[in-house]
This record gives sequence, structure tokens and C-alpha cells, in this order.
Amino acid sequence: MEAFALMLSSSVNAGTVLALAALGLLVNERAGVVNLGAEGMMLTGGLAAYATALHHPSGVAFAAGAGAGALLAALFALLVVGLGTNQYATGLALTLFGAGFTAFAGESLVDKQLPDLPRPLLPGLLDVPFFGHALLGYHPLVYVTAALAAGLGWFLFRSRAGLVVRAAGESPASAHALGLPVQRVRFAAIVFGGALCGLAGAYVSIVYAHLWVEGLTAGKGWIALALTTFATWRPARVLLGAYLFGGVTMLQFHLQGRGVDIESHLLGMSPYVATILVLVLISRNRAWVRVNMPASLGKAFRPDN
Amino acid sequence: MARLEPSALAAPAVSSSPSGAWGLLSARAAALLSPLAALAITVAVGAVLFAALDKPPARALEMFFIEPLRDGRALSEVAIKATPLALIALGLAIAFRANVWNIGAEGQFIVGAIAATGVVLAAGEGAGRWVVVALVVAGAIGGMAWAALVAWLRDRFSANEILVSLMLVYVAELLLGYLVYGPWKDPQGFNFPQTITFPAATAIPRLVSGQRANWGSLGALAATAGAWLFLYRTYAGFQLEVGGIAPRAAAYAGFSPRRALWTALMISGGLAGLAGALEVAGPLGQLTPHLPVGYGFAAIIVAFVGRLHPVGILFSSVLMSMFYIGGELSQSRLGLPKALTGVFQGLLLFALLACDALVERRRKR
Repeated sequence: MEAFALMLSSSVNAGTVLALAALGLLVNERAGVVNLGAEGMMLTGGLAAYATALHHPSGVAFAAGAGAGALLAALFALLVVGLGTNQYATGLALTLFGAGFTAFAGESLVDKQLPDLPRPLLPGLLDVPFFGHALLGYHPLVYVTAALAAGLGWFLFRSRAGLVVRAAGESPASAHALGLPVQRVRFAAIVFGGALCGLAGAYVSIVYAHLWVEGLTAGKGWIALALTTFATWRPARVLLGAYLFGGVTMLQFHLQGRGVDIESHLLGMSPYVATILVLVLISRNRAWVRVNMPASLGKAFRPDN
Repeated sequence: MARLEPSALAAPAVSSSPSGAWGLLSARAAALLSPLAALAITVAVGAVLFAALDKPPARALEMFFIEPLRDGRALSEVAIKATPLALIALGLAIAFRANVWNIGAEGQFIVGAIAATGVVLAAGEGAGRWVVVALVVAGAIGGMAWAALVAWLRDRFSANEILVSLMLVYVAELLLGYLVYGPWKDPQGFNFPQTITFPAATAIPRLVSGQRANWGSLGALAATAGAWLFLYRTYAGFQLEVGGIAPRAAAYAGFSPRRALWTALMISGGLAGLAGALEVAGPLGQLTPHLPVGYGFAAIIVAFVGRLHPVGILFSSVLMSMFYIGGELSQSRLGLPKALTGVFQGLLLFALLACDALVERRRKR
């Protein structure tokens, strides 16, 4: 039972990284913008947070990570919303730039150790049987992420502002005709998405991996992009999907722990292969994806013509 | 994820009602203007960055733009890196023109190198010169097979090719790791994760003795001509491009989008695989985990900077190769991190996209 609780907690931990990034991406995709720069923003957020955490409390470091992600996202928004550049190419540029920049700027941080390991909220919580690991002993950000999923669900589908965001993603022309500030909404949604991606990166470098290496996020940004499709752009499903994927990520370590003899490189393929499988399963039902997908996803919108 | 919209990444569209000085700019001149402006911006940012790092900007820029072109030996090194970049970018240009977003060329490059290595290892020590041909063909087939997975999943299940091709990069990297740490590890290699050094007979023949550049560079030139002929002189190339720009028109004309998808992925995967084979049997001479250095991703930038045009790609692959060499030189001579190359690559693509959008706008006014 306790082993199961540990497995659960490691899945939730790994899943929180994906959930944070995917929730952010979900918001900008709901507003009609695909940002393939997720991986670059996560790396940059992770590095900024790590560098900050060396000398400051982790709260400041998380803010730095989110800020770095938001800054890069603002650059992306400037190009995509302001100048109307192709979303796919611009997102790729962001990821390539983020990978290059963090490799360059993070080189001196590779062998630097963070001062102390983050601790659970209250000491002793982990000693509670089963629930200690499965429910109580997480990093605060794990609970924040779960609350965020609920909050975003309410925001997108129950609030007026959320309706405006969705309108910008479904039919920007109609929204514009109604006098809604489509461009500003898209800009804000992109920056929000970037901040969450940066925060996800910060969670990886400070809490999850507790170290910095080049290419630390190892494709998690891309998996988060796949997750939004998997969750048909709904926050609660993103959270569940992320935990599920977290489980797949951790499966390799649990199998190794139990002495299952599969070579580590081959086991390491599992999250990527799982992502492909899930994409295939979800995409084969075209009608379902089409109904749920924001109708103007990936399309540039220029109000002046 | 979204079905992809026709991209405006090739040469800017001809304006309908040009006016003013900008209107006089022909579409062709505009297509050339923004890569040059983007390069100028990248250089300017680079100079500022060098100054901020307390390195003399002029000296640092020399490493990137003068040193790589200094003499025959330096040019040979430029050719070595420009060759895989050009080969991969040519394939990607064809795919992007067809609106097929294969961004997993890095994976197809790795699998091509793995397939070529398989041929070398199977042929053994006493193999004749024929092995070179066999390994090159195997590389292309390997790359095609990896891209075929993407095409099949997209065709059969409409799975997004961006995400699938990218996930397959990670799988290919792990496959490479598995092989060189496991079954293909050189038993006499002091436990280093690498295969045996390839026998001399498997090496791609060099152009000039004493310099590393090899026949692969001629292959890249031939591929450039081939891509130009395919795009501008064949019906299949025409169908592919119409499908990319105007899917409905293509459907009305009866052009098969499925065939375009498969063609685009087979060509881009095959060329990336070929590049991988040439790399492993050329400058490397053995399979190691250090095979992938990001050519597959850099080639995306090469394709865009080259305006998705074969001749443009030839020039931009040389430029990108100079970026790589400049990064290495500034590491060894100025003590700057080699990763600087990646920063400049990203900057260049950002600047290019911005310049494209700006030029396009001014011309339309």
C-alpha cells in the first residue's frame, strides 16, 4: 500500500510539471494561438529560477521563472499578434532560441548545488500512513496547480472574461466586430501561457530535478502541447492527463526498482512513445477533435483588413 | 492541434496594389532584403553581446565571418558542416512548401546514421569499396523509414505531424544511446560508448587529400539541382506546392493530398537520413552519442533563411555552417561557450520572421 502511495505521489509530482505548462498553453490555445515555443520557455524559466534560487528564497525563484517565461512569451506575442508572423515558425524560433540561450547562459551553473532541498509544508505529514505520501506531503505548487485547473475551468466556461478569450479563439472576426479587443486578449493569453510554462520549468529545476543541466526539460514542453489536444482543451482533463503522463514517466523508474530487466535507454522511450500513442488514439476520431478544438486555432488575425 | 494553414514563409506574395518607394520593390528583391536585414540585426546583437561579455566584438565577429573563409582548409571545414545542413534543409523546404511540418529531421538524421552503421558493421573488416554505396543508400532508407512512421500516423490516424516527428527525435536519440552503450559497443574501446572505428574502405572519399571535405558536398550540390528541378520542372512538384498554398484548389484539380504528404515526408526523411550516413561515414568515422549536434533543427532555420528555395538554401547552409565554426573558434580562442551558436541561430530566425512581416506590410501599403 505504501509502495502504491509512493508511486502515486511520484506520478503527481512528474505530472504537475506537465499540468502547469499545459494549463498555460490551453489558455493561449483557447484564444486561438499555438505556441510551439513551450519547450524554450520552460528551459528559460527553469534556468532563471535556478540561478535565482542559488541566493534567494524559492518563492522569489519561482517568480523569476514565471517572469522569464512571460518575457519570452511577450516577444512571441509581439511577433505573432503585433506583426502577424506565422505561429508555427515563430514558436519554433522561440524553442530554438530558448535551447541555445539556456545552454549558453547556464553553462556555469551546471555544477552549482542549490542550498537546501525543498521540504513539505509541515514536518511529520509524510508519516501519516498512505495519505502522507499520496495526498499531504507535496510541494505547495502541486496544490496550486490543481486549484489552478479548477479555477481555469470556472474562468473559461463560467465567466464573461473567459467567454471573451474563447471568442477570440473561435471566431476572432466576429469578436472584433462586437468590439472585443481580440489582439489584446490574445496578447494577454500568450503572456499568461508563457508565465505558466516558465513556472513549470522552475518546478523542474528547483523541485523535481533539483539541478540544472543543458536541455533539462527533455521534451516536456512538447508533451504538454500534446496534452492540450489529448484533453480536448479542458482544464480538468489536462490535470488528469498530466498525472497519467506523469505516471508513464515514472513507470520506467518503478520497473527498474523492481528489477525488471529492460535496458534503460529503451525504457526511457516510454513517455515519448506514450505521447505518440495517445495522439493517435485521440486524433483518429476526427469529428471529436474538430468539435472541441478552438475553430481559429493557429490562424493569424488582422483587424485592419 | 490545429490543421495547419498555408504558410507565407516562402517568398513574400506579390502585392496587389503597390504604392510608394516600397511598392517599387519587386517581390524578388523583397525576398532577398529580409534575410540580409535579419543577418545584420543578428550581427548587431552579437556585437553588443560580445561587448557585454568583455570580449572585443571585432575580434569575435572575425571568428564567425572571416576565419571560416580564410583558406582552403578552412573552406573545407565549412563544406563539411554545410553539407548536412543543405541536404536536410532542401528536404524540409519541399515539405514546408507542401505545408507538411516535418520538424523531426534530427531524428531521421540519427536513424540514417544508425542504418549506415548497421551496413558497415555487417560488412565487416574485409569489405570492398562497394560498402560506401550501400551505406549511403541504407542511410537514406533509414531516414525514410523514420519519416514514414510520421506519414503513416498522419495519413491513417490524422495524428499531428509536428508532435509525432518531434517525439520520434527523442526516441531516435535513445535508440542511438541503446546501441552504442549496448550491442554495438566496441569491445576494445575501453568501455567508451562508441562503435569500432570504421574500416578505411567505408570512408566517404575525400575531395582533396589532407582535407576533410568529401564527396558528400558534391552530393549536396546535386541534391540542390535535383530539388530545383523537382520543384520547378516536374508535375509532382507543382502539385505539391499547389496543395500547400491552396489546398482547396488542389483538391478541385484532383491532386491527392495523401500523395503530397507521403512525397514530402519521404523526400525530407530520405535526405536527412542520407546526411546522417554521410556524417557517420565521413567526418566521424564511427557511431558515438555525439553524432547529433542539432543539424536537424538548424536546418529548419536554413530552409527559412534560404526562402525555401534550393539556391537560397545553398547560401544559407554556408552561413549556418560559419555560425557553427565561429562558435567553436570563439570557444577555443576567446573562451566563450560554444552554445553561443544556438543563441545566434534562434536570433536569426526571430529577426527573419520580423523582417519578413515588416517588409510585407510596407509593400502592401
